Amino acid sequence: MLDARIPSGPIEQAWDKCKFEMKLVNPANRRKYTVIVVGSGLAGAAAAASLGQQGYRVECFSFHDTPRRAHSIAAQGGINAAKNYRNDGDSVMRLFYDTVKGGDFRSREANVYRLAQLSVNIIDQCVAQGVPFAREYGGLLDTRSFGGVQVSRTFYARGQTGQQLLLGAYQALEEQISAGTVRMHPRSEMLDLVLVDGKARGIVTRNLVTGAIDCHAGDVVVLATGGYSNVFYLSTNAKASNCTAIWRAHRRGALFANPCFTQIHPTCIPLTSEHQSKLTLMSESLRNDGRVWVPKQKGDKRQPNDIPEQERDYYLERRYPSFGNLVPRDVASRNAKEVCDEGRGVGPSGQGVYLDFRDAIQRLGIDQVREKYGNLFDMYEEITGENAYRVPMRIYPALHYTMGGLWVDYRLMSTIEGLFVGGEANFSDHGANRLGASALMQGLADGYFVLPYTVPDYLASSTPSKLDTSHPAFKQAREEIAGRITNLLTINGKRSAASFHRQLGRLLWDNCGMARSEASLNHALEEVRKLRWEFWQDLRVVGTGEELNQSLEVAGRVADFFELAELICIDALGRTESCGCHFRIESQTPDGEAKRDDEHFSYCAAWEWAGDGQPPILHKEPLAFEHVHLTQRSYK
Amino acid sequence: MAASSVVSEPVVKAGEAAGSAAAFGTNRLLLLWSTVIGKKIVMAVTGVIMVAFVIAHMLGNLKIFAGPKEINTYSRFLREVGMPELGYGDALWIVRLVLITAVTLHIIAAVTLTRVSWQARPIGYRERKDLETSFAARWMRWGGVILAVFIVFHILHFTLGMVGFQPGQFRELHVYSNVVAGFSVWPVSAFYILAMLALFSHLDHGIWSMLQTLGWSTARNQATLRLASRLIAGVVFAGFVSVPVAVLAGWIQ
Amino acid sequence: MDIKLKIWRQSNTASPGQFKDYQVTGITPDMSFLEMLDVLNEDLTARGEAPVAFEHDCREGICGSCGFLVNGLAHGGRHGTTVCQLSMRFFKDGDSLALEPWRAKAFPVLRDLIVDRSAFDRIIQAGGFISANTGSAPEANSILVPKASAETAFDAAACIGCGACVAACPNASAMLFTAAKLTHLNSLPQGQPQRDQRTLNMVAAMSRELFGSCTNHGECEAVCPKQIPIEFIGNMNRDLVRATFRRRREAIVVAGTQRA
Repeated sequence: MLDARIPSGPIEQAWDKCKFEMKLVNPANRRKYTVIVVGSGLAGAAAAASLGQQGYRVECFSFHDTPRRAHSIAAQGGINAAKNYRNDGDSVMRLFYDTVKGGDFRSREANVYRLAQLSVNIIDQCVAQGVPFAREYGGLLDTRSFGGVQVSRTFYARGQTGQQLLLGAYQALEEQISAGTVRMHPRSEMLDLVLVDGKARGIVTRNLVTGAIDCHAGDVVVLATGGYSNVFYLSTNAKASNCTAIWRAHRRGALFANPCFTQIHPTCIPLTSEHQSKLTLMSESLRNDGRVWVPKQKGDKRQPNDIPEQERDYYLERRYPSFGNLVPRDVASRNAKEVCDEGRGVGPSGQGVYLDFRDAIQRLGIDQVREKYGNLFDMYEEITGENAYRVPMRIYPALHYTMGGLWVDYRLMSTIEGLFVGGEANFSDHGANRLGASALMQGLADGYFVLPYTVPDYLASSTPSKLDTSHPAFKQAREEIAGRITNLLTINGKRSAASFHRQLGRLLWDNCGMARSEASLNHALEEVRKLRWEFWQDLRVVGTGEELNQSLEVAGRVADFFELAELICIDALGRTESCGCHFRIESQTPDGEAKRDDEHFSYCAAWEWAGDGQPPILHKEPLAFEHVHLTQRSYK
Repeated sequence: MAASSVVSEPVVKAGEAAGSAAAFGTNRLLLLWSTVIGKKIVMAVTGVIMVAFVIAHMLGNLKIFAGPKEINTYSRFLREVGMPELGYGDALWIVRLVLITAVTLHIIAAVTLTRVSWQARPIGYRERKDLETSFAARWMRWGGVILAVFIVFHILHFTLGMVGFQPGQFRELHVYSNVVAGFSVWPVSAFYILAMLALFSHLDHGIWSMLQTLGWSTARNQATLRLASRLIAGVVFAGFVSVPVAVLAGWIQ
Repeated sequence: MDIKLKIWRQSNTASPGQFKDYQVTGITPDMSFLEMLDVLNEDLTARGEAPVAFEHDCREGICGSCGFLVNGLAHGGRHGTTVCQLSMRFFKDGDSLALEPWRAKAFPVLRDLIVDRSAFDRIIQAGGFISANTGSAPEANSILVPKASAETAFDAAACIGCGACVAACPNASAMLFTAAKLTHLNSLPQGQPQRDQRTLNMVAAMSRELFGSCTNHGECEAVCPKQIPIEFIGNMNRDLVRATFRRRREAIVVAGTQRA
């Protein structure tokens, strides 16, 4: 029943074939079509700008005050592309292979291959826009190796690659706004999707300044609203990142795929206070020279520099002699959790491990270490007040990215006709684990090079009927949203939405975080339901709906997080294998490594909303691996 | 709240600046003048002219220490330079016209830009602290007003002899005796010295500022340029002030 | 520790605002400044008072959402940081802090500490881009960019559009913001074809938005979380002169104006 519409024939020609088969819209007719783009991060801004350039009428929505605030901006490391500028054996095939393997064989081959192909065009496009990538002295583009791969294929702009790529897309978008092809609606949050005759035909938004509930009709809707890591409350995501847009679409019929595939990044600054509102990521590159350790003894409260060498446990080097401190993100994270669970964690909370540069400083000299990591050390000191040149850094894993998202076919269309999903909001390319420097690549591939082909094809082949917001479907959706806002405002309980959110996040982190078991997941499900009920009894939102009301915004998002949290647990419960970032303690090898079960779980789990209080319905998209040989990952 | 902040309008909005640029048609100078930066550049360029004048004027003044003959001859030279191609005093009038134009443009630009800036923050802060700026920078506008008043007085005083002298005391081209007589009145000297303080402050920020506006100050040479700016301002101040001080002290009579 | 707060409260653009005094208790040094405000807002919610509205998102100094004055200093005045990166370690028990929104005609207050910075977007719309339609780009390495140009472009492109430069400027001028984008794009070979037009249009847009005029105080540079130097303002001025006087056959049209 799930047709991914993957073109038949050799994978190398699939995208070309698909593009040739797609229908075109006559340039003179394009301005008659309205494309609604929700979200203006990498994927959204790129798609809106590109479709605007082609001549479509684009209405672009963002809850931020300007598209430049989107959380894509915070990505640090870089963006992969199979340019093979280093002559080191890279190729489209190798990037494709690395990505499928890195995703622990839970992604769709054809999509990943296309991603690897398009990676090359992305760099061209961004350079032409003026993205200031790092250069060599001869003026050519510089690259670095990133995330444990053996080729140097990561393009970067200091530690702020995401910022620079987003500004490139933002500037292209602003150009289209001034040209009149794109109309930007900042400070407008999508609260519902409107379907007419089973097709996505519009959205309902709330103006975050005036509180006005508005309806917008279009011929096609594109969601590029990012990931849902914030369901865990504490994550490296921006505070406002949320699942509302995709969740509302899910409730309207879009299947939600692999919700339990949530990535945990191993090098974040640990939690220091109970009031902490977010976690800060430190670049993974630190693991190139830092050594990870904890005391051998439980509850060792000595200062790190007072602990002698023989009483330190460099556990990653011990367990993974060949990869050492450079094991993939999921492995590094899980091991940190294990040693902390054993009571050997460090720092005031006991939730942290040391990342020590003492040996690197001895080997390279303090100046070279400062040159390589100076900005990260400064950032660490700014936050913690500790000087990492003298005492080891403390790090701990944190939620970082969600591979799951709305199910889409090869053309990025969801199970709702006319609803396309791009970037982190869809599930498509990363499988069960995302490799470093791949998120920017996927967001831009979707935005610049996939959606601008597939959206017009949909418009040309479906010829949407004339429609405006006077249609009863809009009126009904609008009333539902208004009613929901009134509900949130009139509970008049005692607790803020933020306090519920914090509690929900803790519950998920403890029971559905780095290690999951049947018992913990069942417990989480029960507790999430209880807490959700409490939320709807005891929530307090001060103020009205007809004004700028940040508490109301948060309340709406948290309400949706509760429903998503339940689905995440259900998905995790059903997948009794371990794969990538999803670690079921029931499924591990004798020496404690993740054990995949390809025979039973080589599929994408796409969940259908069955109504409030009803268990969701599972649909499976089987995954076939014809070009990549299935292997068990090993980093010993 | 205004709808404009909800939906971004296309870029072309008939604003004031745009309208004025349109009115100036094809003239590039007027186009430049119509922008806030253009007026800044005009201030910088006219500033260069005035700084050059001030330095020359200061050097000329120092001739008083060489005695009456020297400075009176210099005064006559200023009127006779360029002869016979130019008539008596023509060269001086050309310089004066350039200076009057420079001062006028400098003041018009300053007043216009000050109004723009004041309108840019209609509701002030309860408190706003400065981190970087100097006294000199903050006193540019008021120092400029003092200097404008001073210049008017100074011309009425030493150029035209209309104020500050007993009847018959001021004699054209007798610079030495005019200066001695003029500065012997201590309130006049006091105002003169005060104005020179304002000039010091104005130049201290102004010389560097014009280099910055014209794009010659960089992150690397900024400290040097600021120091040079202060040195020039200091030398100009010392040169000008030495004359009334010498008169009041009785060193020149 | 306990902190005394004096915060600007204003319910919308049209209504007048005033300062109100608050007290927060139980603040620990490892909290961030915004987490301290979170605690205040929890208290206010519990008391049924409207929480203080302030803009924030990434809380790691890159999105540019946050920003207000703390005791008269934009972002708190700590070198190279946004207010979200400010730690409570830098404050003492019993400190009195006054929080005030950015104030400029171009930045109307929307609520409490939130202002409308869409004027910045309109300056970008006027020319803060390199026109390169998707798909039309040449092979990336066919454009050589000298390392020094790439570094300058990056230094300028680091701007996060927070508006602190305007807020700290005694004249409420947006020169540093505009200069940063112009220096970014005008330093690169890709930016040359549109260089003059871009400069003229963005400078004109800056005037239209009713920002003030620069008097070279350097306050913008001092509070800029990304430490963008005022040297770039000089670059912009030179580019404007260049754009105005360079010999060309065709007249240039400044957006929103006639020809020049």
